[in-house]
Amino acid sequence: MTKTYDVIVIGGGHAGTEACLASARAGVSTLLITHRIDTLGQMSCNPAIGGIGKGHLTKEIDALGGVMAQSIDRAGIQFRILNASKGPAVRATRAQADRELYRNAIKDVILNQKNLTVLQSSVDNLIFDSERIIGVVAENKKFFSKSVVLTAGTFLAGRILTGKYEKAGGRIGDKSSTILASNLRQLPFNVARLKTGTPPRLNGRSINYEVMNEQLGDNPAPVFSFLGKRRDHPKQISCFITHTNEESHNIIRSALDQSPMYSGKIKGIGPRYCPSIEDKIVRFSDKSSHQIFVEPEGLNSNIVYPNGISTSLPYEVQLKFLHSIKGFENAEITQTGYAIEYDYFDPRDLKPTLETKFVNGLYFAGQINGTTGYEEAAAQGLIAGINSARRALGKDGWFPLRSEAYIGVLIDDLTTRGVSEPYRMFTSRAEYRLTLREDNADLRLTPIGRKLGLVDDARWAAYNQKYEAIELERERLKNIFVSSLEATAAKLLRRPELNYSQIIAMDEVGGGDFGSLTDVEQIEQIGQQLDVEAKYSGYIDRQEREIAMHAKQESLILPKDIDYADINGLSNESRQRLIKARPTTLGQASRLEGITPSAVSLILIYLKKRHLKKSA
Amino acid sequence: MVNFIDTIVASATPPGVGGVGIVRISGSLTEDIARKILGSLPEPRTATYRYFLNKNGQKIDSGIVLYFPAPLSFTGESILEIQGHGGPLLQSTIIETILDLGARHAKPGEFSQRAFLNGKIDLVQAEAISDLINAGTEQAARAAYRSLTGVFSNHIGILSERLLKLRVHVEAAIDFPEEEINFLSDELLLSRISDCEKAFSNLLKKTNQGSLLRDGFQIIIIGKPNVGKSSLLNFLSGQDLAIVTEIAGTTRDILREQIDIDGLAVELIDTAGLRDNPEIVEAEGIRRARKAMETADALIIIQDITDISTILNIEEIPKGLPTIFVQNKLDLCSVKPKIEDNSVQISAITGEGMSELRRLIKEIAGYENLGEGAFTARKRHIQSLKKAANHFFNGKNVFYEKQAGELLAEELRLSHQALGEIVGTVSSDDLLGHIFSDFCIGK
Repeated sequence: MTKTYDVIVIGGGHAGTEACLASARAGVSTLLITHRIDTLGQMSCNPAIGGIGKGHLTKEIDALGGVMAQSIDRAGIQFRILNASKGPAVRATRAQADRELYRNAIKDVILNQKNLTVLQSSVDNLIFDSERIIGVVAENKKFFSKSVVLTAGTFLAGRILTGKYEKAGGRIGDKSSTILASNLRQLPFNVARLKTGTPPRLNGRSINYEVMNEQLGDNPAPVFSFLGKRRDHPKQISCFITHTNEESHNIIRSALDQSPMYSGKIKGIGPRYCPSIEDKIVRFSDKSSHQIFVEPEGLNSNIVYPNGISTSLPYEVQLKFLHSIKGFENAEITQTGYAIEYDYFDPRDLKPTLETKFVNGLYFAGQINGTTGYEEAAAQGLIAGINSARRALGKDGWFPLRSEAYIGVLIDDLTTRGVSEPYRMFTSRAEYRLTLREDNADLRLTPIGRKLGLVDDARWAAYNQKYEAIELERERLKNIFVSSLEATAAKLLRRPELNYSQIIAMDEVGGGDFGSLTDVEQIEQIGQQLDVEAKYSGYIDRQEREIAMHAKQESLILPKDIDYADINGLSNESRQRLIKARPTTLGQASRLEGITPSAVSLILIYLKKRHLKKSA
Repeated sequence: MVNFIDTIVASATPPGVGGVGIVRISGSLTEDIARKILGSLPEPRTATYRYFLNKNGQKIDSGIVLYFPAPLSFTGESILEIQGHGGPLLQSTIIETILDLGARHAKPGEFSQRAFLNGKIDLVQAEAISDLINAGTEQAARAAYRSLTGVFSNHIGILSERLLKLRVHVEAAIDFPEEEINFLSDELLLSRISDCEKAFSNLLKKTNQGSLLRDGFQIIIIGKPNVGKSSLLNFLSGQDLAIVTEIAGTTRDILREQIDIDGLAVELIDTAGLRDNPEIVEAEGIRRARKAMETADALIIIQDITDISTILNIEEIPKGLPTIFVQNKLDLCSVKPKIEDNSVQISAITGEGMSELRRLIKEIAGYENLGEGAFTARKRHIQSLKKAANHFFNGKNVFYEKQAGELLAEELRLSHQALGEIVGTVSSDDLLGHIFSDFCIGK
């Protein structure tokens, strides 16, 4: 007996979670197949959500009805705003997570979601009907569907390495998907290897916190979700900071030959921004000390994550260098650090909807596309989930543009330029950084999410209430004249030395008029919004002009049967690149390496001619 | 209808000294620009006599203007045509004023492209546009390459490198706040800002002195000793400039002369004869000639038609430099040998073949087909440089006044983008690459 679904999602990590939830919320029957129901929402690497660029992604996922932000609001044990002293566009929220609380929060949503069925099984193969996917084989059971989202993470031919020890695995304690990997290798995708690593985990009771610097969370703590409430936060605790020293470096240096990376056992490319401690010491030999963030894994857990010393050295060496570090003199390892090498698929083989160009109805999301990070994975999961559901419903695909969201930057970078190392979001990747802020993610995306069916009534009502309140307050500030400073409150808000809370603290201005809004978190958001609007106004106008100038180009979809050989005047090099990349939009074509503005003009003229010939 | 937001401007008449100089503007800013440069919007589709004003409202010229509101115009966008008195200085003053008002230099074929995309030209007429863009692009690329050789290129290179270093610093500060480096308050940042400032000021000063933007097409004349370089120069310029003698190696220094070929301003450079084993004094002259070749727009290689040994060793010509081969001393020849492509036979004594040589020079300068020549390429580069400088100085000010690192970053991004129009763009990935190789970053 077989069962048919609209959408099947393979993998229950951060990408799979958002994918199956988006699909189910869009109203189609969805099946999630995961190795282990227990590990839904598992944080395989460091126990934290957000950070620069990543906080932006999390808030965008939230605005589109995703689950990551609300879960971390329920599981975060330390919240901070990074770059608080810098401008609002580059401020980002980061939270330390209690792993267990986070898993529970995610599991809670998934297991209670309408239209969503969860099955614990591995998937060994995909079922095709010519160039279309029609289902999957899960341990001899067949399931059919209109579309499939594959979020295999590091499980495809995953290989775990510590010193000379090596075994197959997708994550410590989990087997890898070897059969699926070899079946996928039969398909015409471009496959390559990447690697990443994690540090050893320590027993918290064996650490001497007295000698380390304490790092407190912000007070009051920020919230992630636009619907988040501070009262949902569990108890808040501190992190600590310590450092490696010359002795630790000597220990590592003399054991480099036992590191799989340096002995040539690992061929995959690792991230430059998240180097192993071996890498840091070799590449920056003049630095005598490296920072380690000592992060708790949970309120009820004694396990500690020493962030900054990911390594694949043998257990004995790990222990030895740990003991040379202040506060770690007696540290016990509860889990050895390791490197993991895995298959990824060249994301240039994907359309911006994350559907593969070779197989209709098959979507890829997460680390399988060469990214790293929970937030990057979740963002792709969301997009793949939306589009797999829309395909099942016979609707057109949707994806955000670079000018609309960091998610748009992520997808465009992946599908246009590909990756050369595990891809992580940074704000410097976004040319419209001043426009794409954490504070306005809901303003940018909630109305779109509503149209896509991802935003429920409660969120929609809250959104409208907030923006009405912003309107009211904006008008109020325009009409108040502060005589001592000879300017309206609105004008004062533009001054760099004054912020919103200072202005409403003035006697002549007074507290805000927020209509029916009473939530303290929402009122804080309003203040932030007004502040940013005022301070960036000139810059935001300019970015909007820049965006408008590219808008036509971005929305121009290139016909599938476009024949680049037929375009008059294109250089041979441009032609080859276009044929290879098969860009989806003219905007994407314009960002390909080696494509000049005049090549873009030539394509435009060709399309117009084609249109004229057809209508003639 | 394809709606282009940016507004383009170009001279619609050949560069150089002519009777009338026409400047054409197309795009959404046309009306705004017209109001500012003419004082008010002229009557549509009616030839009107007006004064042209600079940005301070001072009269710079006067002439006929024609205004075609969208969509009833050649491009389908609003167009303004300004017909002033010819002359490179007047024309470029008018164009500068328009650029300052928000327009940009049109790319080759861009007016026709807009016309086609807005349905103003039919398919048959349009067939030629692709070719035009393509040819224009190649020509522009050549012109740009030439504009970039020598001093300008060195300075831009240094500037670009310094700007990158500064951006690495600022972007690292924003993207990696948890590192133990306080990027935005350290001395290094201030010194990098000042490095960039020096480079920008230096280049702008040179630009204003005009040493980067020559108002002429520069041709260098080379050849073996005594083949008649100086005679040719004298003939074309109509003056007795160079010392002409029968002794090889008479011209030891470089001689420059401005001439006018049917309105095209040409700067001719006469060099020392290139010989394999020159006297010591002459070696310096040859060195200078080789250097001059690096920045020239075109090359005339001259040989004695009666003496095969005067054919120049071709390896000495810089790559990509358009070249005319001149066979001189036709007057000493009884039988005319066969003519090759891009070559011309002349007599600098009788003047025979000179009109053909003039024609070839105009062709190479792109004077007659209105494509993009070295002038326009260089002007576009200088506009980009000025734009880059403006953004840099805005960024510096906003940083010093408000300590706004993200606004500094934004201005630097725009500055780099403008500079990228000259030297090629730096992607965010390149930038990150530099950050990771300069700083030990990451948890």
